[in-house]
Amino acid sequence: MIHPALFYTVSALTVASALGVILARRPIYAVLSLVLVLFGLSTLFVALHAFFVAAIQIVVYAGAVLVLFLFVVMLLDMEPEALLRARNKTMMGVGILFGLFFLGQLAAVAKALPAATGKPLPGTTAAIGKLLFTTYALPFEAASLLLLVGIIGAIVLAKKKL
Amino acid sequence: MSLPPVGLPHLIGLSGILFVIGLVGVLTRRNILLILLSLELILNAANLAFVAFSRAHGDLSGQIMVFFVMIVAAAEVTVGLAITVLLSRLAGKLNADEMRNLKW
Repeated sequence: MIHPALFYTVSALTVASALGVILARRPIYAVLSLVLVLFGLSTLFVALHAFFVAAIQIVVYAGAVLVLFLFVVMLLDMEPEALLRARNKTMMGVGILFGLFFLGQLAAVAKALPAATGKPLPGTTAAIGKLLFTTYALPFEAASLLLLVGIIGAIVLAKKKL
Repeated sequence: MSLPPVGLPHLIGLSGILFVIGLVGVLTRRNILLILLSLELILNAANLAFVAFSRAHGDLSGQIMVFFVMIVAAAEVTVGLAITVLLSRLAGKLNADEMRNLKW
């Protein structure tokens, strides 16, 4: 599916940047680490022949959503925050227990996955567009309504007087 | 180099790891902006799983679903960041632990 060397390099970079997102004390470093995560995932999408998704990952996520995050970080002037320390040993034990349980579930699911059919993808942007305007036309329209609600919500919230 | 070929389980495993990292971020960070950032990480982990299954089964529907996830994430970020800015203007702080106006 993917060349192993490419997969392990990119996924190591992605996981390291994801850890950077949750461990960085300064918000600006967390946002920039998330940009790295998005680029890593985009590389994997290209390797999986999902070219359209890889492109909108860069354009929409890294280009628009994260710029919005950067704007807010710059606007609000946040001081670095101290990382959480676990003081309650019992809660920490329970957390580790549940984490191991989740890991076991994940391993069981990964083992029970149905074999890949290996059918080639008709993976062009044209095929996705056709599917979007025929089979998924109604969800597509609903999504535009959701975006409209998002815009109106942001405007209402940003007004000086509610 | 004789690494085993990369298949669906590897990608689902990576997706699970990213999901858990995002979940830990949501649970442990106290800055509201960083909680939103960790939510993005969770959504991207789900996107990776969708694309991996789409590739494995030769079905484009998974990629359409990623498209919708991105739309929902964009709407969520717009409203979430507006609320964040409003909170910092009204309350002067962004610490989720200190916001207990609804609790008495």
